[in-house]
Amino acid sequence: MRMETTDEALALAAAGGDRDAFAALLARCYDRIFALAFRLTGSRAEAEDLTQDICAALPAKLRAFRGESCFTTWVYRVTVNAAHDRRRRAASHARAADGWGDWELNRRAAEAEAQEQINWLQRAMRALPPDLRDTLALVLDDELTHAEAGQVLGISEGTVSWRLSEARKKLRALAAEEQGT
Amino acid sequence: MSDELDDLKAAMKAATPTPDEKNRVDNLALGQKNFDALQGSRQGARPNDVRRPSGWLISGGRRMFHSLTSRGGLAATTALVAIGIVIVSPQGRSLFTPPTTISNRGESPKMQETPTTAPEPATKPADDALAGAHVPADPYAGATAGQAEGEAVMALERSRAPAKRSADYAQAPSVIAPSPEATSPERLDTEAFSNEDSAPVKRVADEPVSTFSIDVDTASYAVVRSSLMAGQLPPRDAVRVEEMLNYFPYDYPAPDAGAATPFKPTVTVMQTPWNADTQLVHIALQGKMPALDERPPLNLVFLIDTSGSMHNANKLPLLKQSFRLMLGQLRPEDKVAIVTYAGSAGQVLAPTAASERSTILAALDRLEAGGSTAGQDGLQQAYAVAENMSDDGDVSRVILATDGDFNVGLSDPKALEDFIAAKRDSGIYLSVLGFGRGNLDDATMQALAQKGNGTAAYIDTLSEAQKVLVDQLSGALFPIADDVKIQVEFNPAAVAEYRLIGYETRALRREDFNNDKVDAGEIGAGHAVTAIYEVTPVGSPAVLNDPLRYKADEPAGAADDELGFLRLRYKLPGESRSRLIEQPIPNEMVEPGTEQRFGAAIAGFGQLLRGSHYLGNWAWDDAIALANGALGEDPYGYRREAVSLMRLAQSLSQP
Repeated sequence: MRMETTDEALALAAAGGDRDAFAALLARCYDRIFALAFRLTGSRAEAEDLTQDICAALPAKLRAFRGESCFTTWVYRVTVNAAHDRRRRAASHARAADGWGDWELNRRAAEAEAQEQINWLQRAMRALPPDLRDTLALVLDDELTHAEAGQVLGISEGTVSWRLSEARKKLRALAAEEQGT
Repeated sequence: MSDELDDLKAAMKAATPTPDEKNRVDNLALGQKNFDALQGSRQGARPNDVRRPSGWLISGGRRMFHSLTSRGGLAATTALVAIGIVIVSPQGRSLFTPPTTISNRGESPKMQETPTTAPEPATKPADDALAGAHVPADPYAGATAGQAEGEAVMALERSRAPAKRSADYAQAPSVIAPSPEATSPERLDTEAFSNEDSAPVKRVADEPVSTFSIDVDTASYAVVRSSLMAGQLPPRDAVRVEEMLNYFPYDYPAPDAGAATPFKPTVTVMQTPWNADTQLVHIALQGKMPALDERPPLNLVFLIDTSGSMHNANKLPLLKQSFRLMLGQLRPEDKVAIVTYAGSAGQVLAPTAASERSTILAALDRLEAGGSTAGQDGLQQAYAVAENMSDDGDVSRVILATDGDFNVGLSDPKALEDFIAAKRDSGIYLSVLGFGRGNLDDATMQALAQKGNGTAAYIDTLSEAQKVLVDQLSGALFPIADDVKIQVEFNPAAVAEYRLIGYETRALRREDFNNDKVDAGEIGAGHAVTAIYEVTPVGSPAVLNDPLRYKADEPAGAADDELGFLRLRYKLPGESRSRLIEQPIPNEMVEPGTEQRFGAAIAGFGQLLRGSHYLGNWAWDDAIALANGALGEDPYGYRREAVSLMRLAQSLSQP
């Protein structure tokens, strides 16, 4: 019964003031938001904070949801923008934390988790400029098509595909460099 | 390795942690609490696809009419509106817009429509239990049982809690809470800035020649200013040092009245303020100011974006005021036409002589924002109008005024740029004026203006409009030299390393210098262009790169009294063959003049904003002191303004 209610219907009902609909919706999309937040920021702590910010702000934001776009696309857009705002705020405060760019802090966290894999991932993401990183964060888990990712970022589908090929090129260059050393 | 992205995807999947369970519970509760505070809502029946949402709106409306009259409800509503404003203002984007625009996204009015909590019969415990059973994921499902007593008091308390939260936010310059730009999905912040990484230090032995196109755009400085005035450091990519440098008028020596060249280069070698062991090579080009009475008649086509996003006070209304200012600068024989684009493109004002002021002003006043943006159609129509207006000897220019939203109706940005480039060759230029922030597509603006041999300026205030459209109008509208390229060859006997400060987006390949087919920037009447290199002399302790082990540096040629050699190429407007200016750069430091020192201060300012690591311990205080000592005459107050922006940036960048 509950699974038959679409995200969109829940969101519209929540926007209209239905408390239970909001609870169900938030519980349903929480993990997706968190995963995207992690892919955007590259740090568990940052992702937790970002998710908290979004949970806090979502009720107000939801009022603007008109059901014109798919809810996932919409909530991802909210997440990407929140991540950007957070980066900007962090930049004004510490002039440092730039998501994946905050390499030292991440590296220390990574040591605790002691995974070679994560080290490589961080090097790779770090090598990419922020817009490519954001694009990758959206398409890497196969949930969004290029067109939908484009909608989230406010760019065309072609630009998403171009950015991905650009990212591929950069990763290839990185791999070549690593093999070289 | 099959595909790099697949590897990345697998690694990402492995690295993505599961959310912390306790945080999850807390965050869900927080969301719910905010939801309640916002809605004052209570349990509702479970919605499903069968029941249409419209039914909810009607019943919500009915509930609103019943509840709005209660005192508690009104108090809570007022509190909610107050929260809305507290949350909005730290975002700061709206600081310069009149308060009305804060609510024009429908945020506040909607809050008033909110079915606020008001005494209603208490929910039956049985209902709560049922609802709780429906939503097992929500541990707080039963929390509102028995809420009805003292409802107004609780509503106030609930609204106080988020108010405290927003006070926390307020300490940070930016918030994720609703900003007027960001609340509706169509209004999300989609600014895009175009920039490259800072140019690295290059060894003269490896790469003795540096080539770039000049740039007279000023948009970046205005974007930086609008960010700082709003209490935020600008995004790093929004900072283009060369555009900040070229924002200011400088008192460089102008070419003699009878000189054959349209501009005069001045090269100064000076001590670097931020590094005792390096020198700055300051290259200044001053365009000549043709006698204004002799200027050819102008044909201007205003292409005005009237899409819905232009509605803000700092967009269309500012644009109208700006053009009104500009009209005063035109002469009776000039002609003006207005084309708008929004949904469908249309000519609002047929070509009209500038003397018919009232006709033009009436057409301007009729403009209203609405619809979506179809940039391409509008551009095509504007060019068609401009072509019809052109007589021999006229200067025709399309002036595109937009908030940069070219998303709708444009299938292929490349095709648009090609189109503009083709029209440029037929003698119609394009200038771009950016208005407003939020979805300013700086990258597109840049690209279009560069292709169209025009300037891109960002207009954030009426005084900026005064600068761009009145004080410097002739520079913006009358090109005196096209495709101006600069090439500097450094003398390896004198210089070990160099780096060009700024101009990252304007770099040219070495061979492009002599290729007249390669487009470059243009100088307008009276424009000044400044470029600064930081060079490290041979034997200086500041040399960053060690010499190569396996490739001996070639023996340096003679003439160590020359630091390098400056070559300039330009075309006179309408010509297709370039002309060459050459002059040596003397290897001799001089005491820099006011203009050079101010230029160095602005270059430092830009690099500080970009977080450059070439500055060492040189910091805001030094930049401010340097700029303050080089204010010069500053008749328009631009330099004083820059100093106060530096102060702002200094405070904002304090951790």
